[in-house]
Amino acid sequence: MRIRIRKYRLTLSVFAVLPLAIACWAQQTEYSENQRLGMESHVGNMTGNATVGAPIYKRFCIGCHGVLGDGEGENAQWIDPKPRNFTIAIFRCRSTPTGTLPTDTDLYDTVGRGMLNSNMPPWGPLTDEDRVNLVAYVKHFSPRWLTEKPGTPIVIPPEPPVTAERIKQGRVLFQKMECWKCHGVTGRGNGPSADTLTDDQNRPIKPFNFHDENRFKCGTTNAAMYKDFMTGLDGSPMPSFADNLKPDEAWDLVFYLRTLQPADTIEKRIAQQIGLKPLEPNGQLPGPPAPAENPLGEKPTNNSGTK
Amino acid sequence: MQTGFTTVSSSGRQLLKSLLASTFAFSIFFLVFLGSTTPGRAIPAFARKYGLPCSACHEAWPMLNVFGQTFKDNGYQLMNDRDSPIWQNPSYWPATFRMTPNWHRESASQVAIDTPGGGQVPEEVTQNGFDLTGLDFHTGGTLYKNYSFYLLPSSDPTGAFHFETVMARIDNIGNSPWFNFKLGKFELDNIISEKRILTLSNQGGFYHLYHFIPLGDDNVFGQMGDNQLGAELMGHSLNDRTRYSVALLSSNNGQVQLPTKNAYSTFVTVSQAFDAGYQGGVDRVGAYLFIGNAPTYTLNSGGVPVTAIGNKPFNREGFFGLVYIKKLDFQLFYQHGWDSAYFGTSTPSNAPLPPGASAPSWNGGFVEAHYVVNPQMIFIQRDEFVRMSQQALPTTPGNFGNLNAYTFGFRYYPFMFSRAGFAYHAEYSLTQQKGAAPLTFTQLANSSVFLGFDFDF
Repeated sequence: MRIRIRKYRLTLSVFAVLPLAIACWAQQTEYSENQRLGMESHVGNMTGNATVGAPIYKRFCIGCHGVLGDGEGENAQWIDPKPRNFTIAIFRCRSTPTGTLPTDTDLYDTVGRGMLNSNMPPWGPLTDEDRVNLVAYVKHFSPRWLTEKPGTPIVIPPEPPVTAERIKQGRVLFQKMECWKCHGVTGRGNGPSADTLTDDQNRPIKPFNFHDENRFKCGTTNAAMYKDFMTGLDGSPMPSFADNLKPDEAWDLVFYLRTLQPADTIEKRIAQQIGLKPLEPNGQLPGPPAPAENPLGEKPTNNSGTK
Repeated sequence: MQTGFTTVSSSGRQLLKSLLASTFAFSIFFLVFLGSTTPGRAIPAFARKYGLPCSACHEAWPMLNVFGQTFKDNGYQLMNDRDSPIWQNPSYWPATFRMTPNWHRESASQVAIDTPGGGQVPEEVTQNGFDLTGLDFHTGGTLYKNYSFYLLPSSDPTGAFHFETVMARIDNIGNSPWFNFKLGKFELDNIISEKRILTLSNQGGFYHLYHFIPLGDDNVFGQMGDNQLGAELMGHSLNDRTRYSVALLSSNNGQVQLPTKNAYSTFVTVSQAFDAGYQGGVDRVGAYLFIGNAPTYTLNSGGVPVTAIGNKPFNREGFFGLVYIKKLDFQLFYQHGWDSAYFGTSTPSNAPLPPGASAPSWNGGFVEAHYVVNPQMIFIQRDEFVRMSQQALPTTPGNFGNLNAYTFGFRYYPFMFSRAGFAYHAEYSLTQQKGAAPLTFTQLANSSVFLGFDFDF
């Protein structure tokens, strides 16, 4: 009899607690959803609102990024690289340290600039208000924005003058930091690791080919490239070098990478004057090459447009 | 290919009843479909290439929004370095065809009808039945980065084809968006594009002012709405807010082969976009000038024209605007038109003008309003007016040829997935023109009812 009562008590307890738990969960879910739809963004003196951004998102973004913002829009299957999954709130182009949320301005700038070498076009023709409202709606997809604050933007020191010594030092750093493993010795994105790289969702990803473009992934200026080194491109294999590079060294790398790009820049002219040439896959590295640094595994350049 | 029937009726009451019955039936039909559809996006040729929803470029297909206009002005490029065909699967073929099976009703208040006695009497004539529009077979896109083309073989409803658009263009010359050049047969750089008009009926499927000439005028060359042969230099700021174009055109109304190509005209337009802060889109104001010479007669050989000569001037000028207020937007257009008296009186330049002849001129404008419920549903309403300010002949009444036109309708895009577009289209249009009625020279009223399935793939 006692066993029966105990069983009964247990069942009663479950029935008593379950509705309460469901009610709490429902309340929390509703609260979370309402709170997320009330998401705001702030860029300059503009304030964006997720509810205003919703129809704009549906008009322009839903085909790729999907109804749920998970990057699974109807066109996603045809797109490479795949559209960003907003639900995990991991973004490549940030001014904030790796692992942190970007600022609203970071997202706003990305919408306007587009993403180089992807299907994400520059949405600059939209109004500023549309873009800031879109940012608020993009943020509403992830609960991270409810519990975390964006990181503190890194400080970008003033750009030093370009010198031949700095460019040479950048070339050394390109070797020392093992950039060539992914980007290739010549910076064509064909390093020995290039074919093995995956993004944070385990999808193949190709390293940047500096010879293709005068722009960088997250901007056109030297400061944008400096920022990429120090913040990393979260969600991609490109790490942050904030703990490994001093600011001066990061600038040196920027200057060297500019010599690889097609544009006629001051860096490129200096490199030509001093006869600085990117090393061929089997060429000698500056200084005594360590065995591990010898990129013998690098594959020939593919000029057909690999990214 | 008209498959309906034709009746002649003085009252038209029975036809009105049949019209109402048909409209009711179609309404029920539409409502059934409205209730059974799911939201989605559409991607014809360009959007298919880039994986973008059709609503990204179109306020409501086929009318462009600011992003679509920028894409067009960039030479059909998104400028994300994926524009060259090298990025496409080799099997990608940038083609889209569009056609609209429909039921429509056309009514004219006065038509000269033959009588058994050999004379003619004015009668109201109404036709209705199932029908087809012409076919547009669009193909276009980039040939290489900054090199693009557009080819549009187009047919009338019987299947007789012509080249509506054939052009190649080079963009970002000298790495500057301010210098883009195209050559061929193309639409004039009208921001309010008749080629992307949202209305389709016989009376409402075009802007009267883009084709207006006074009654009795024979200048068919000043057609802003028709695609013209020529070359165009066009430029814009990076975000397309500021734009200009200058086109040199043959004054032959887009007709190929040489007989009427001895005259040229110029179309110039400038515009500036801005954000007035009322949401919904980017506002724009601009002005245009279409000025040139055109022939007044031909020299024939064996009855066949071999060249056209006797050039006389004409011009059209005005301004336009786009205004967005959340889900409501307005397209505003004004035109002042002027033709040489030779055109106005249909007189060859080697013949004397009629006594008292003057160069005809007119003023006109339209307001087209759109209510965009969402990218899949749009309501359209347009009022258009033309008023003669100078008649070619002193004996002509001042209001002779004045025109009023009204159109309203809606388009609903029930589904749009990544390979095609589809719209339910319903529209009513009415045009009234003073003095255009045959025999009586009183006001002629024409109306259209158009219900159709507008699709492209």
